[in-house]
Amino acid sequence: MAVGQSVLRKEAPNKLTGRARYNADLSIPGILHAAVATSPHAHARIRHIDKAAARESPGVAAVVTAADAQGLKCGEVLEDRPPLAEEETRYWGEPVALVVADGEAEALAGVSRLSVTYEPLPAVLTVHEALRPHAPLVHPDLSGYRQAQPPVAPRAGTNIADVAHIRKGHAEEALRDSAVVVTAHYHLPPVDHAAMETRSARVEILDDGRVIVHATTQAPFEVQKLLARYMKTQQGLIIVNAPLIGGAFGGKTTVQLEILAYLASRAVGGRPVEICNRREQDLAMSPVGPGLEADMTLGADRYGRLTGMKLTVYLDAGAYTDSSPRIARAICSECTGPYRLEHIETDVYTVYTHHVYATAWRGFGHMPLTFVVERTMDKLAAQLGVDPLEMRRAAAIKPQDTTPTRVRLTKSRLGDLDLCLRRAADLLHWDPTPRDEGKGTVRAQGLAALWKTSSSPPNAISGAIITLNQEGSLNLSTGTVEFGPGTKTTAAQILAERLQMPIEQIHVHSHINTKVDPEHWKTVASLSTFMVGRAVMEAAEDVIAQLKQVAAIVLKCAPGDLEVAHQKVYLRDDPEIFVPFRDIAHGYSYPNGDAIGGQIIGRGSYVVRHITTLDARTGEGHPGPGFTVGAQGVEVLYNRRTHHYRVLTAVSVLDAGRVVNPQVARGVVMGGINMGLSYGSREAVLFTRDGALENPDLRTYKVMRPGEQALQYRVDFVETPQLDSPYGARPLGEHGCLAMPAALANALSRAAGVACDTLPLTPEVLWQLAGMREA
Amino acid sequence: MMEIRNRQEILLHVNGDRRRATVRGSDTLLQVLRTELGLTGAKPGCENGDCGACTVLVDDWPVKACLMLAGDALDRRIETVEGLHNTGTQRAFLEHFAFQCGYCTSGFLMVAEGLRRNRSAAHDLEQIEWLRSNICRCTGYAEILAAVRDALRSEVLKGAGLTLAPAASVPS
Repeated sequence: MAVGQSVLRKEAPNKLTGRARYNADLSIPGILHAAVATSPHAHARIRHIDKAAARESPGVAAVVTAADAQGLKCGEVLEDRPPLAEEETRYWGEPVALVVADGEAEALAGVSRLSVTYEPLPAVLTVHEALRPHAPLVHPDLSGYRQAQPPVAPRAGTNIADVAHIRKGHAEEALRDSAVVVTAHYHLPPVDHAAMETRSARVEILDDGRVIVHATTQAPFEVQKLLARYMKTQQGLIIVNAPLIGGAFGGKTTVQLEILAYLASRAVGGRPVEICNRREQDLAMSPVGPGLEADMTLGADRYGRLTGMKLTVYLDAGAYTDSSPRIARAICSECTGPYRLEHIETDVYTVYTHHVYATAWRGFGHMPLTFVVERTMDKLAAQLGVDPLEMRRAAAIKPQDTTPTRVRLTKSRLGDLDLCLRRAADLLHWDPTPRDEGKGTVRAQGLAALWKTSSSPPNAISGAIITLNQEGSLNLSTGTVEFGPGTKTTAAQILAERLQMPIEQIHVHSHINTKVDPEHWKTVASLSTFMVGRAVMEAAEDVIAQLKQVAAIVLKCAPGDLEVAHQKVYLRDDPEIFVPFRDIAHGYSYPNGDAIGGQIIGRGSYVVRHITTLDARTGEGHPGPGFTVGAQGVEVLYNRRTHHYRVLTAVSVLDAGRVVNPQVARGVVMGGINMGLSYGSREAVLFTRDGALENPDLRTYKVMRPGEQALQYRVDFVETPQLDSPYGARPLGEHGCLAMPAALANALSRAAGVACDTLPLTPEVLWQLAGMREA
Repeated sequence: MMEIRNRQEILLHVNGDRRRATVRGSDTLLQVLRTELGLTGAKPGCENGDCGACTVLVDDWPVKACLMLAGDALDRRIETVEGLHNTGTQRAFLEHFAFQCGYCTSGFLMVAEGLRRNRSAAHDLEQIEWLRSNICRCTGYAEILAAVRDALRSEVLKGAGLTLAPAASVPS
């Protein structure tokens, strides 16, 4: 009825009339603005902050520095980050002080009058520099930090914030006994989320102790918990509102501006204060997606069967860990790519540098991981002289195999990678041999496969509340925020399907309020359909049971005789005997006026099951409820003289389990493809030799623009149901981007005859690679 | 050209109405539309002319409202997304699912509307040339380009005395 239909997003009409309101659109008159003074050095000692001139500036109400934060340290995993720099700044753009004033202009004028004396210190600007003996330490007090969400393994006296491992089988011997072994080094730069809406937060502290927060956040319930802990107050007093979000991509999971706005409000007696990132600040001060360096060794026997692998990854966490240790474990969990490998030795180091810190970025480390694995697979295929498609098909992981973390796979848990690979190859008209197109141009294809599970905490929860309006329509309340993929609409579709009723009669709201909406862990990891869906299904069962209970009295039968559909409760054997929702939604009234029942209110609650933390030594554990597998590919037209290229065709086949909303799913995947190709072809956060951000605006931080996208998209899905998910649906929100950079690099490596082992693949980089080949 | 010192009341022609606003000389049209007139459909994305999320029509031509001073908009006809009511452009965006988070949508709609009014016979490359002023981070752009093509096509048909069928149910 609703699942499997291309339903318009519930909030769609308002997005076409300018009436959809995002956080900054909901500001209030008279609110104070906080502007941020940021560090002009990658690493410096703060000698002195002279607040006097700023404080005297017209309209300025307060100047806030680290002294006002009373030693507070923040961090999702490891509490290593002061909200405002204390004695030292650790990245260019780090917040040092806030100037709170009547308006943004007054606040910025105040910042310009703030005088901060710095003593520049030597900075570590690459993971290699950070790992050298006697390198300057980003965090000399590393062992003193509280571990908020273990596991995390900081190494005191080094720049290593964490190390995560996979040890399975005997990689050393397996590689020694292999017929063919390839080894390669990869370098991927940090990237920005560049959501079109920059991050912002408003905080007001009321005299009764309540703290009212409005924020651009994917994790309103995390904001609630962290603020309560940091400010030593009840969670119930922290009320976080998350309106529609203008794009997120993981960048709005981090909790940064909310804390700054809280400190600013506290400094002015609790008055409402707003802090809104300008684009430059959003790029420089707020976290990015991690870059990495990786070395991978992969072996095969003489029949082309994978034997063993070694992988070492150095994740550039920047100045603070944020979610990097969790990203490191996500990389460990799927470190083989979607292939059967029994002998694995993987180490993922989270390394501090004096870069802006990193956080989740669409795919939680899986896009760079997929790049590393899939480039290595292509190299191995080339060494063996076999078709890379056939090698991937032969190596594809299958039910009854175990993952690197020793999860035994079932068809339901895994899906069907071979089918994805075959269909992607068909859509691409797969041909691994580059074709000369004349005038120095060559046409070439690249393929890559992907897999991902959620790497979510073992106790992630989700809830749903359904209330009935008197007329018999339904209100559905869930805790996911809405930033594009249509999570609210999906939840409504699942409910409409279960109750066999029109989706137009189900009302959702896209503005989350942590005080009234049930918790959803975070709107991340593409988990919303699964987790919220499970809670919605349970809430629907609750509603059905209540409806039947009242209807049974009205219709003088047993509840077991009844069915629910089309907003009616009816006798199974005679549907013409029924009572409509509207007669029982708010209780049933007899002709003489007396009533039974009451408002029908359904509740559903879900917690992920059987998820465990990974073993510190071997990585053994269960990182997520199920996998999404897929295969993606591109065909490029490359000019060997100018090194310019065009992506002609982009192909994606994901195992979606069940496609809940075909056109939305297709759109989310096409958007993912575009983002993946943007990352692969032009995106990089660049730093000067001194560690300053070199491209802090959208003119110099290049993202894909209209007309630059793949000329043709071929998007398809296979459907192997995940049996414990509503209607079998698997996560697919992040996945459209995951294998695209790898597929692009595989195609361009073939086209240009060079090894494209770094990103972004700009014409300049390709020219350099071609020059190195000739030298 | 008038000079504005400190704050001054000005009159703007917005969406067919004459609206009073108190502005400073340095205020951009975007700031005034959003904070003085409550028209938050135009979005700040970069305030540097790079992303196009703030695009409005000034005398029917797309202008990035972050790059125009409010004082320069006197005696000009300004239209924001709030001034569009059930246009073919909006319907085309809806039918093609040409947006996800919706933040860039107002800007794209206004560029598309500017194209429709000024260059309704624009070929594909010219359409792309116009749309390149804007950035969308969610879609694959193909949806937006298809919507714009449709919006223009319906305009051309209208000029020839033909009409497209009304917005049908969503194609799957």
